[in-house]
Amino acid sequence: MKRIYMDNNATTAVRPEVIEAMLPFFHEHFGNPSSVHWAGRAVSGAVEKAREQVATLLNCSPAEIVFTSCGSEGDNMALIGSAEALKAKGDHIITTTVEHPAVLNTCEYLEKNGFRVTYLPVDRDGMLDLAELEAAITDKTILISVMWANNETGNIFPIAEIGEIARKHKVRFHTDAVQAVGKLPVDVQASKVDLLVISGHKIGAPKGVGAIYIRRGTRLIPLIHGGHQERNRRAGTHNVAGIVALGKACELAGAEIDENYAKLKRLRDRLEKGIIEKVGEVKLNGHPTERLPNTLNVSFAYIEGESLLLNFDMKGIAASSGSACTSGSLEPSHVMGAMCVEVSLAHSSTRFSLGHDNTEEDIDYVLEVLPPIVQRLREMSPLYNCKQDNCDNCDTVKML
Amino acid sequence: MYTDKVMDHFSNPRNVGEIDGADGVGEVGNASCGDIMKIFLKVENDVITDVKFKTFGCGAAIATSSMVTEMAMGKTLDEALELSNAAVAEALDGLPAQKMHCSNLAADALHEAIKDYKAKHP
Ligand SMILES: Cc1ncc(COP(=O)(O)O)c(C=O)c1O
Repeated sequence: MKRIYMDNNATTAVRPEVIEAMLPFFHEHFGNPSSVHWAGRAVSGAVEKAREQVATLLNCSPAEIVFTSCGSEGDNMALIGSAEALKAKGDHIITTTVEHPAVLNTCEYLEKNGFRVTYLPVDRDGMLDLAELEAAITDKTILISVMWANNETGNIFPIAEIGEIARKHKVRFHTDAVQAVGKLPVDVQASKVDLLVISGHKIGAPKGVGAIYIRRGTRLIPLIHGGHQERNRRAGTHNVAGIVALGKACELAGAEIDENYAKLKRLRDRLEKGIIEKVGEVKLNGHPTERLPNTLNVSFAYIEGESLLLNFDMKGIAASSGSACTSGSLEPSHVMGAMCVEVSLAHSSTRFSLGHDNTEEDIDYVLEVLPPIVQRLREMSPLYNCKQDNCDNCDTVKML
Repeated sequence: MYTDKVMDHFSNPRNVGEIDGADGVGEVGNASCGDIMKIFLKVENDVITDVKFKTFGCGAAIATSSMVTEMAMGKTLDEALELSNAAVAEALDGLPAQKMHCSNLAADALHEAIKDYKAKHP
């Protein structure tokens, strides 16, 4: 059976060039980079080279990069580390309702520990009102945390404008750029961010490695206490092979950014147009244009997301859904909820996220396989072609 | 995550559709997870002679709907009223724990349809 992977916002395959770069660091160069002897020296150079590769991609100095174990750790470090470092100054944090759980649940944790958090709403396209953001800032505000791009919809937030507002009010600014890096140019100088988080497995490096950019002079209390690694900012013996892989993946991302953007957008746009034309009664979730080039999130009216994903899976297509049934909770996606997507449409939201390996043939295949699946499920749905009078379901669902 | 039986009923659901001029119709929904199940019955001499379903929901919701129609077909109304959600799940060799509460409503929909029939045919 054909296997088509369109879930690259969940994770990506490790690039062959990246595997090649990291392999020597398991056996041949196995040393601890903190050791002074030959085995350590051989390896510390590789860690520093990776630091430069990451810094080059983000346009910062290598000393401003700290390696972490994942994107979630970076977000925890930025939020908790800032809250602890700045608690004498204030107790207020501003974020959005559509952040990844790595930010949202960390904010909830901080709320339980005496901090106050403002969760900014989004409009129906999933965008923020920057006037509202600015108005939320008080003299007790110590941190603004807004993701660069949303993992579910692909929406891109105006990070440079938010950076400008944060600077004007002298408030620290963190961005979760896990989904943006590799898909868009990400420049910490132009965007005026103070903290920025990335994760390896979204850009062709393995799971379990990430990095945080910490602007020089930004004080953070460490999350992990222990040895003196990472200049006392993050203890723990380095994941050398993972770090080398992250460096290589950043180098590739930088070299290919224009080409990659154009290719992903061309494929995504074809998929989007094809689905809308061939299926009908489809709702685009997210902003029509301010969106990552690889992400398409759509709801297919009258049908539920998990059934759709299972049917895709039977045809070898891997995608993901905002349905309650796939979230592990009984609620549909919080991002769909924040955008006021009507409930049955939220349950049907389906995300296709393209990646480096997708081809035109993949798009052809999905466009061929998808319409009959949707039609079959619609014919099974009590919401489709409902001829009853005064049907409660119809009032809301038939809006398309 | 799903048993082979669930996947069988999910990919080849039995008795999908509506019955024109059904003798009884039952609909149940779960507001939080969004599932909606609708059962249509044809009844002769207190025996279910035809049963069809339409469902909006996940794999478990579709499979339980399909299974309950198979189990109810040919039963008397009283026998059918004894079918429980748990029995439907068991006939499918079980459902994942988190689905037991949200998507396991098919017997409830069947009971609603029988109630509707009884109300219309006192
Ligand atoms: C926007 C965003 N932030 C954070 C994370 C967490 O990254 P990780 O899986 O490396 O912990 C993810 C990935 O799931 C993400 O999409």
